[in-house]
Amino acid sequence: MQDILKQYETVSETNVKTWFRVGEVNDFPQNSGACIKYKTKQIAVYNFTRTDKWYACQNLCPHKMEMVLSLGMIGDKEGIPKVACPMHKKNFSLEDGSNLGGDDLKIATYPVKIENGNVYIGFSD
Amino acid sequence: MKKIIVVGNGMVGYKFCEKFVAQPESKNFKVTVFGEEPRPAYDRVHLSEFFENQDAKALEMAPAEWYVDNGIELVVGERVSDIHRSTKTITTAKDREFSYDYLVLATGSSAFVPPIKGVEKEGVFVYRTIEDLEGMLAYADKIKKINPNAKAAVLGGGLLGLEAGKAVMDMGLEPHIVEFAPKLMPRQLDSRSSQVLQLKLESIGLNIHLSKATNQILGDKAITGMEFGEDDVLNVEMLVISAGIRPRDELGKTCDLEMGVRGGIVVNNKMQTSDESIYAIGEIALYNQMIYGLVAPGYEMASVAVDQIIGKAETLMASEIDMSTKLKLIGVDVASFGEPFMPASKGHSVIFEDKTKHLYKRINVSHDGKSLLGGILVGDASDYNMLHQVYLNGMAIPENSAELILPASEGGKSFGSVMDLPDTAQVCSCESISKGAICCSITENGSNNLNDVIAATKATTGCGGCKPMVVDLVNETLKSLGKEVKETLCEHFSFNRQELYDLIKINKVPDYEEALNLFGEGHGCEVCKPALASIFSTITMETANRQPTIQDTNDRFLANIQRNGTYSVVPRVAGGEITPDQLITIGVVAKKYDLYTKITGGQRIDLFGAQIHELPLIWKELIDAGFESGHAYGKSLRTVKSCVGSTWCRYGMHESVTFAIEIENRYRGLRSPHKLKGGVSGCIRECAEARGKDFGLIAVDGGWNLYVCGNGGATPKHAILLAERLDDETVVKYLDRFLMYYIRTAGPLVRTAPWLDKLDGGIDYLKKVVIEDSLGIAEDLELEMQGLVNKYECEWKQAIENPEMMKRFKHFVNSDDTDDNLVFVPMREQKMPKAWS
Repeated sequence: MQDILKQYETVSETNVKTWFRVGEVNDFPQNSGACIKYKTKQIAVYNFTRTDKWYACQNLCPHKMEMVLSLGMIGDKEGIPKVACPMHKKNFSLEDGSNLGGDDLKIATYPVKIENGNVYIGFSD
Repeated sequence: MKKIIVVGNGMVGYKFCEKFVAQPESKNFKVTVFGEEPRPAYDRVHLSEFFENQDAKALEMAPAEWYVDNGIELVVGERVSDIHRSTKTITTAKDREFSYDYLVLATGSSAFVPPIKGVEKEGVFVYRTIEDLEGMLAYADKIKKINPNAKAAVLGGGLLGLEAGKAVMDMGLEPHIVEFAPKLMPRQLDSRSSQVLQLKLESIGLNIHLSKATNQILGDKAITGMEFGEDDVLNVEMLVISAGIRPRDELGKTCDLEMGVRGGIVVNNKMQTSDESIYAIGEIALYNQMIYGLVAPGYEMASVAVDQIIGKAETLMASEIDMSTKLKLIGVDVASFGEPFMPASKGHSVIFEDKTKHLYKRINVSHDGKSLLGGILVGDASDYNMLHQVYLNGMAIPENSAELILPASEGGKSFGSVMDLPDTAQVCSCESISKGAICCSITENGSNNLNDVIAATKATTGCGGCKPMVVDLVNETLKSLGKEVKETLCEHFSFNRQELYDLIKINKVPDYEEALNLFGEGHGCEVCKPALASIFSTITMETANRQPTIQDTNDRFLANIQRNGTYSVVPRVAGGEITPDQLITIGVVAKKYDLYTKITGGQRIDLFGAQIHELPLIWKELIDAGFESGHAYGKSLRTVKSCVGSTWCRYGMHESVTFAIEIENRYRGLRSPHKLKGGVSGCIRECAEARGKDFGLIAVDGGWNLYVCGNGGATPKHAILLAERLDDETVVKYLDRFLMYYIRTAGPLVRTAPWLDKLDGGIDYLKKVVIEDSLGIAEDLELEMQGLVNKYECEWKQAIENPEMMKRFKHFVNSDDTDDNLVFVPMREQKMPKAWS
């Protein structure tokens, strides 16, 4: 199962090779998350409507290897945008993918851009 | 490593262990404790509470694991039978031998049974241990079956005797107190206060017989009465002897320790007996030619013995021991402090008495009118803590000393503030905690609230009598530091749940986003979102479909997320009653979608392994067949479990299934601070396990007994009796009030049991609110609940009929594919998720 985890690596905006269109803004719930598919990857996409910011990360929670992060509740911890995994409420930063609860688990994050009402996620492949 | 053997595992023996392990030096010792009773030490002071809940565990000083965790070997059910001082060994009744370096005797006392003819008859008990109580309970049941108006007498009108009187009354027997002296509580009260107490006790149903010397106990095999004089007979079917205590000092006698003339093992101010390796503490220790039958001096002795053994030789027992006590006897405050009966040569007394209100207060003041020497309070002891402190610390008293005890309307003044006490004032005498230690815990050691202070100092954990004073001290100290003590929901809302409930309701806040704009900051989080979702739902009965993104994941998808990210489906089966056709429908659906099925603890059927996109399809089929959501995913009413009741059961007294269905349907969909479970049993055999629920009903002769605030889970708790013999309508009325009051006031994710624990005044207060309407809100609570009941709708039906709401039941936004990571493996002809890597 570790194999599934290996395919997720953080992509920064400068490394993007493909901006993949995943739908329209209206396809995504406000102040919440949803899941998209890119090749074999599952990516969670979050729409922080209050600040009009978007974030994306792997859908896979590295703690118990479940495809669930897009279903988690979002919010912030001292200003850092975060998602809480629905399984055991582990909190991950959506800025750098670190675990805000302190242990080593980390998730991969991906850049998001909005153009003409469309949502794009940046991938390096 | 030196070996300590503690003989006796009562309150004082336990206290020795507790104080001992708190010392860093304790790691150089191995402690073994022998207890004769079959269970670890329990709180004998509150023995009569056993009748309310019959929960021996609740009385434990500490569970058996505590001893293990602290490296103490606890041997229960094994009496130490001999001490061999020359070899420093002991033998037990099981003929095992152990050696010691230090021996601590804490065998306590046994009930004194006077040599009255016939005392061995069946139906004569002593009042000392849980086993005694169990014996009394069983016997009371037996005699009540023969004679529902059976009478029981208690021999002894002292402290314990009156407690036993209450126990007998609680058992449903007609209680009689028989006392040899011409007054009740002869050791603590003067004649006038004793009369006031007597009037009060008689008004609540106790029959009191004073100046009675019992000649013999009548009856053939079992007791039928007591004979005082020739023609003076009291017919009773049971007798509880509570005529004082005798130290259990046999071990001391047989190994030739120095003994008192009338029993007790002589100790010095180090708590050492005549053998310096042997210590004696508690009710077997004869100190100053006295046996001290109170907990506080016993604890003090335990402390001294601990310090002496680890080498802190300077800790000695005080030469004068404060025998002040305050207690609640059958709901009546009784307290005495200092010198309660003072001879006129030493000073004068000020007495306030109001027999109509069963009030008596006496203070004894020195001739110069400057110091308080002692006093007695009956009926209202709210001034006790302060008066006791004034006495202990020799504080100055007002010129007109009557002000100390007069009611405010007659010139009484509240005297001083707790902060005026000297730092050395001992506030909690059970644990010897000073005012200074309590304040210091806040000012220097970082305690921020009452619970912190209690955890850090152990104040209030003995008899609890000092609690009001500790609360005042904590509040005043926090205030003096400019600290506002406030419980808040999370970093986004600096309000607690109850405040937010009111703010949202009064300001008619439409949704979470607006609440965050008005009263919060930031983006919110997984704590405040579901808490507010619950608040919105309990104000307007909105379903989870209206604001799905603030719901916890379970509520958002109206299903329970399981280990591999699939969901489970639970249709409502009210009261656990289900037709064959409904069973077939569930079976057909489960087969069609290949779901694992299991019967739940709440008498319904759980279908596991559904993928998100399958949920609406499954629910469509269930709803078409007449099912509705079971809300198994919500912090909401789950089930009302029932036994089959009088409809089928040959023991059933009422129709428990019918009533369970009615109640479950009344509160279905009701969201609350945490999940809610109910139970209805058709008789006292209690097959529905109703007392393990947040609310439970048990059928009895004449109606339903209503219990509240129980739960299973990690910290199981039996529900507590709220009201007895109610008709159906009153049950619903009380439940409406209880549930709504809980919903309004509990913190997020606080179940009813911990909520009640924290509720000031506890079950008595709750009874007042629910039954007597002490807050004047009962009608409001009922109307509010009825409003919610009227607005119920099935949220799954709502969801599948609305295409917009259905959008969220899809794994990918940009594809109709499903999650291809799911792997199931077979198990016992069904399936389960593949184990985690």
